[in-house]
Amino acid sequence: MTGAVIEIQGLTKRFGRTTAVDDLTFRVEPGVVTGFLGPNGAGKTTTLRALLGLVRATSGTASFDGRSYTELGDPLRTVGTALEAASFHPGRSGRDHLRVAAAAAGIPTGRADEVIEWVGLGSAARRRVGGYSLGMRQRLGLAFALLGDPGVLVLDEPINGLDPEGIRWIRGFLRSLAAEGRTVLVSSHLLSEVQQTVDRVVIISRGRLVYQGTLDGLESGPGRVRVDAADRAALADAVTAAGGSIELAHDGLHVSGLDAEAVGRAALAAGVVLSLLVPEKEGLEDVFLELVGEGGIR
Amino acid sequence: MLRSIRSEALKVVTTRAWWILAIVLFGYIALFAGGMAALFGTISDQADALGPGSSIPPLVYSFATSVGYVFPLLFGALATTTEFRHQTLTPTFLATPRRGEVLGSKVIVGAAWGAIFGVVGIVATVGVGGLILALVGVDPLLDSTDTWALLGRMVLAMALWGVIGVGLGVLVPNQVASIVIVLAFTQFVEPTLRIAAAFWEWSAEVGRFLPGAASDALVGSSFFTSLSAGGGANLLEWWQGGLVLAGYAVVFIVSGALTTWRRDVT
Repeated sequence: MTGAVIEIQGLTKRFGRTTAVDDLTFRVEPGVVTGFLGPNGAGKTTTLRALLGLVRATSGTASFDGRSYTELGDPLRTVGTALEAASFHPGRSGRDHLRVAAAAAGIPTGRADEVIEWVGLGSAARRRVGGYSLGMRQRLGLAFALLGDPGVLVLDEPINGLDPEGIRWIRGFLRSLAAEGRTVLVSSHLLSEVQQTVDRVVIISRGRLVYQGTLDGLESGPGRVRVDAADRAALADAVTAAGGSIELAHDGLHVSGLDAEAVGRAALAAGVVLSLLVPEKEGLEDVFLELVGEGGIR
Repeated sequence: MLRSIRSEALKVVTTRAWWILAIVLFGYIALFAGGMAALFGTISDQADALGPGSSIPPLVYSFATSVGYVFPLLFGALATTTEFRHQTLTPTFLATPRRGEVLGSKVIVGAAWGAIFGVVGIVATVGVGGLILALVGVDPLLDSTDTWALLGRMVLAMALWGVIGVGLGVLVPNQVASIVIVLAFTQFVEPTLRIAAAFWEWSAEVGRFLPGAASDALVGSSFFTSLSAGGGANLLEWWQGGLVLAGYAVVFIVSGALTTWRRDVT
């Protein structure tokens, strides 16, 4: 199976005077899991809703292999969607919710039973959704997305509200879906939440694209070295003499401007016994925060 | 389109609102029709007081519409406003992105359930009311084709009310507001207007076009019109009544389709 390419071209959406999405352009390829990241209010959900024809873009286009969502002949069989505000009638059972969607898409009822079993809701399938926990609603939303066995999956904050076991399950599940050749787009406001799952990321802030590419590309920030010794004063002198700048922290000295080997040599030359020497890359989360600015996370 | 209609029908039967409304409709109408049948039946000697040519069975039977029309109206309004209230328009439009198709299906399903409510109301009026009429010695007229034509027009009226409800729900997506409008209009505003309209000739002309009056005209028999001065003389022809009622449905649906139905679903 090969999923469609998602293409967002110059997408802009204004609500009154607020610009939620501002001239956004990016591409999502099949076969990998792509993370769609940004702080709350960055415009992720609006972008996804515009892509799905629920929100009318002010300008620009969003398409699947060149066709807009409303032009898809069999939308649920092409694109599976789980949106953040998973919306269910509380008086309808989980299974009936899927049956309603299956009927509209011409999908046999048996498939509804299959996917609800798949996401682990088999025993709750005939209970009314009003009594479901947030995690169960997330799973039902995922079942809705999988109903048409689609080549493209668009999931808005799918990890929200899942328990640790559920998180592990969904991570593996997303990777296997991508490995089958599907296009998987997963939004999140926390990089750490999807870090282990995604291959590529699209990061937006205040409606604008700030980064698009691989996670590795994001990681190549300037490194630093964490070092410690019983005689910190001597170590500090040696490192400064060698040209490094230091910062005292609770877990040792943070050295920038030198690599680990240079720090080791300086210590050796000064006869300081090291108790710790760790080369560190700048945390991904830090890079992410830097990129999205004060957009808000904290 | 067929898929979308199936989906909409499934939405109705997988929630409880419709049969709760149907049960209340049955009980309410059975009580009304039964009570009135007993009352009129026992005073049938003076039945002519109700107006020239009026006979009791049609009057009793038409309670299903003259009183019961609020039920399909409420049903239709709930069917659409529920989607806004629980944000189920998102999955609905994801499965069927052509929104006009969804609305068309809702109209068809609203009409179908309106007709079902019509049948439920008729079972209540003809079953309970007719039985009591027979018991007190009044011919329930069930072998008359006029009676069956009346019942057919009642089902049609209820179907149209279901569609008007769908239209109202699209036009006023706020569920509470929609319910308040339905109850206030049917229980207070329109009855008051119809009484007031009867005072002058010019206002009576206008009053005939009120939806409830049009509905009574379509059915051709109603307790309320029989009581008011001049009897049914003020009403439109039955087919005109049907057209006026259908006109309300079309106006509501089209104006809803052009406004709230096109909005962003966020």
